[in-house]
Amino acid sequence: MTFDPRQIRADFPIFAAQVRNGRELVYLDNGATTQKPGVVIDTERDFYSTEYGTVHRGIYHLSAIATGLYEAARETVADFVNARLTKEIIFTRGATDSINLVARTFGDRFIGNGDEIILSEFEHHSNMVPWLMLQERTGARLVYVRSTPDWRLDMNDLRSKLSSRTKLVAITGMSNVLGTINDIDRICQLAHEQGARVLVDGAQLVPHFGFDVRGTDCDFLAFSSHKMLGPTGVGVLYMKQEIGESVPPYLGGGDMIEYVRYDGFTTNELPYKFEAGTPNIAGVIAFAKAIEYLQALGMENIIAHERELTEYALDRLLSTEGLELYGPKTPEHRGALFSFNYKDIHSHDVASILDFANIAVRAGHHCAQPLMRRLGVNSTARASFYVYNRKEEIDILLESLRQCERFLKYAVG
Amino acid sequence: MQLDDLYREVIVDHYNRPRNFGRPEKWDIMVEGKNPVCGDEIAIYLTVKNDVVAECHFDGKGCSISIASASVMTESLIGKSLDEIRLVLSDFNQLLRGEVCQRCEQYSDAIAFQGVTKFPMRVKCALLAWKTLEGAIPDSSALQT
Repeated sequence: MTFDPRQIRADFPIFAAQVRNGRELVYLDNGATTQKPGVVIDTERDFYSTEYGTVHRGIYHLSAIATGLYEAARETVADFVNARLTKEIIFTRGATDSINLVARTFGDRFIGNGDEIILSEFEHHSNMVPWLMLQERTGARLVYVRSTPDWRLDMNDLRSKLSSRTKLVAITGMSNVLGTINDIDRICQLAHEQGARVLVDGAQLVPHFGFDVRGTDCDFLAFSSHKMLGPTGVGVLYMKQEIGESVPPYLGGGDMIEYVRYDGFTTNELPYKFEAGTPNIAGVIAFAKAIEYLQALGMENIIAHERELTEYALDRLLSTEGLELYGPKTPEHRGALFSFNYKDIHSHDVASILDFANIAVRAGHHCAQPLMRRLGVNSTARASFYVYNRKEEIDILLESLRQCERFLKYAVG
Repeated sequence: MQLDDLYREVIVDHYNRPRNFGRPEKWDIMVEGKNPVCGDEIAIYLTVKNDVVAECHFDGKGCSISIASASVMTESLIGKSLDEIRLVLSDFNQLLRGEVCQRCEQYSDAIAFQGVTKFPMRVKCALLAWKTLEGAIPDSSALQT
């Protein structure tokens, strides 16, 4: 099958629905959330229409169907990230929930006063605040690895900061602001040499590059369904079996228990130990369909497509006068996600004016306030690409950027 | 809906040439405000003589709408008593809720911000300076939307 973004766009009902003033939707906020193909929407609707029941409890027919589909989805995810066991795949509400789960279980059990957690300078708030909260609870220390001048992780600095005090390296696979992709293989290797565990925040990386948990040997991987064509409210935590079995449960409630007495309880086996309450059954099943859709396109094809977009975008963005790009300026180890400011125009004005041309970009601090301070800006605009984006959308973006000047009569300022 | 509704000429003019911009040498009251969503920051400096605002300045970083709105606000406050400022604050909030505000005609170029209500994501930008000012004016919090 050839990879044709124009054909792929036809699979997504939103593009037909959102033609404004005769202009096609140019959706460039995929770093925040992605659009949904018809098959994902249909899967969720069909499940509710024809097969809906709860999971793991009912004896009746519908519950058996729902349980089968839900557990098949777990297998799809396990296969997608190359996990050894399906019980290492925990369904959560999203990547944020997944990281908080690790902080509350592994963190509370194994990271104490004086122990260190290593992070990069470009973590999303959701891979920073759970550790700041753990710091408040336990007195653990957060240590930040410096960035190189071209906004990559300084591996020498990482090496020098790793020690026997390091209990965890919690690191993004790909920065949601800079597009930088970290060398997870090497990070896992270095961390494991010091006996530290590694959590990969895969929210940005996994949808675009896939992931191999056994190949990297990471200990935890967190990612979200909605950033990879699936529904909102569903996420994944991959946690190595040995860790899952040695840490306390997260939320208490139904499904996560084995026996409950009036004075105590025992926990269920993995992964149910971490899945208290009725899960987002329909969301999980539709998420599996999204993964199947991506697999049918072929992750290799997606990587090649985005590489092509990245090369073209870098070329065009870097040759646009007055445009400042934040992040690596070469296409290697970087995703198709570009933060920028244009002249002195505030990113909110840029986003409002682009919106009028039916171009959706993100503007703001991208949940990375400390990084914004390091970059010396208050906010940036961000264009992030996915399977349905085409090269010409980069030209449309740049053409419309020039409109910003006209609207703000920039010459006057 | 036109983009010109948001970027009215007077708004763009206040953005390109903000009035009363910059930190003065002295002041009686200073308040700072932030919009955590976009990282905009503002500081407002008031000099009060005989219970009336004699001077009002501001500085900070922000988008065209927040800078222009702050500029208009400083102009509309000069010469007003505390009670009158409460009224101005209440009126501007009303305007940004999309309600009719006849007195707003009298407040510098405040009426130009009427069009911002068509862009709900930008109302916060227009209100940043005004919400910040509320922090300096006792009993004005009841006016908040």
